[in-house]
Amino acid sequence: MSVPRYWRNEVPRYRLMGRICKACGARYFPAKPVCTCGNAGFEDYKLSEAGEVVTWTVIRSPPLGYERYAPYVVALIELDDGMRLLSQVVDVDPAEVRAGMRVEAVFRKVREDGPSGIIQYGYKFRPVVE
Amino acid sequence: MRRVAVAGVGFIPIKEYWDRSLQDLFAEAALKAVRDAGGTEVDSVYVSNMSGSLMQDQINLGALVADSLGKPGLPAVRVEAGTASGGVAFHEAVKAVASGYSDCVLVGGVEKMSDVLPEVATTAMVMSEEQEYTAYTGVTQAGLSAMLHRLYLDLYAEPAEVGMMAVKGHDHSVGCKHAQYPFRMSIDRAMDSPMEADPIHTMECSGVGDGAAALVLVPAGESGVEVAGSAVATDCCSLTTRNDPLVFDAVKRAAEKAYRMAKVKPGDVDLAEVHDDFTIDGVLSLEALGLAKQGEAAKLVAGNATDKDGKIPVNTFGGLKARGHPLGATGLYQVAEVTLQLRGAAGDHQVPGAEVGLAQSMGGVASVSAVNILRRFGK
Repeated sequence: MSVPRYWRNEVPRYRLMGRICKACGARYFPAKPVCTCGNAGFEDYKLSEAGEVVTWTVIRSPPLGYERYAPYVVALIELDDGMRLLSQVVDVDPAEVRAGMRVEAVFRKVREDGPSGIIQYGYKFRPVVE
Repeated sequence: MRRVAVAGVGFIPIKEYWDRSLQDLFAEAALKAVRDAGGTEVDSVYVSNMSGSLMQDQINLGALVADSLGKPGLPAVRVEAGTASGGVAFHEAVKAVASGYSDCVLVGGVEKMSDVLPEVATTAMVMSEEQEYTAYTGVTQAGLSAMLHRLYLDLYAEPAEVGMMAVKGHDHSVGCKHAQYPFRMSIDRAMDSPMEADPIHTMECSGVGDGAAALVLVPAGESGVEVAGSAVATDCCSLTTRNDPLVFDAVKRAAEKAYRMAKVKPGDVDLAEVHDDFTIDGVLSLEALGLAKQGEAAKLVAGNATDKDGKIPVNTFGGLKARGHPLGATGLYQVAEVTLQLRGAAGDHQVPGAEVGLAQSMGGVASVSAVNILRRFGK
């Protein structure tokens, strides 16, 4: 991954920052250039950092760069503000994951580009310990 | 718009061709299609290919294949729409003839997956998804379909009912000379196979293979097989922004338009080739095509409705699971198979009296889909 490509996604990835359409209020994560209403003006929108698992899978044949984590859980998560995103769910036995499980965002290493490339970070989610 | 007919089809068996290149495979299928069309002179070429840029470090395939066919000079372009590339390329070729711009188009698809390791193929597949927030999670194409599969099991069906999509494909593939896996597979074998991405079992996934398929399109005359309807549609790329992730809207939109063009209803279709790269994708495709009601496709397949002698035969040569799924070529295998059915030339796979056939392919998790409907003249 090139440095600029990584750098330009740092804020949304590190802070769960999306966009909200100034015309219709539709929210997007990740941001996109034009809203379905046709408007192209947006403001930043901070997503909730907790939510619940809607559906999930266990990746056993991972793509390149993710081998060391397999098997790992990837889930479709609905945040408390109603926004949805995809994320790994970590610090959990894959067999323990359930629909409706409460999860919260954590900052984690995602992958690294070999011994001398950039180390890439981002959000993952983990079960909320009540 | 001019009416368009399929004048020729050609394809090669799907397997691993260690000793042959992308161009070699394309040329063999293309020459077969041209010969089948009576040796006609083509005036332009569309080539569908998904992953040559990663697997062979090769782009600009249009020029490469025109040259390799001994026809440098022809207009030629690569069409890429993920695993829907073949169906979308066919749609583009149809438009070229329908518009009057071209009189004889060769549309061929080729993919050579055996040049890379399985984990590279897995990575290539997920390149169809948005990279920074979807693929970045480490999800795979199987993983995305698996999340839908789990929702479907919660609402509508048992695992073994969805798994029957693969079993029935294998049933239909027996005796198919171009199929990669032409043998029967029991539901127990599928359900006992290891998990690929829970709850999808390995034996519910299409495999890795090399293939090429081609068709020649011309203005329609008064005989043969015509293109009755052809449409492409897209959907939100991410599952996170779809109203109901279990509804493949891209497939639905493309199908509705293709049905309208063809002036047919789902009930008029005599056979369908659908995109079962994973069992759940085949099931959801049948529902989006209107060939089954929402939540009922798995049970329909587990019964006998989609068998060769059923109400709506599906994947009559094995589908992606058993015939094989060479990515960018797959959509054109489907259209070629439908053409054979409508010609009455499908041999042991023949659906008796088939007059209207449908081919549906999709890329990503149905972020793009092509639906092509063919009809025998005289219908």
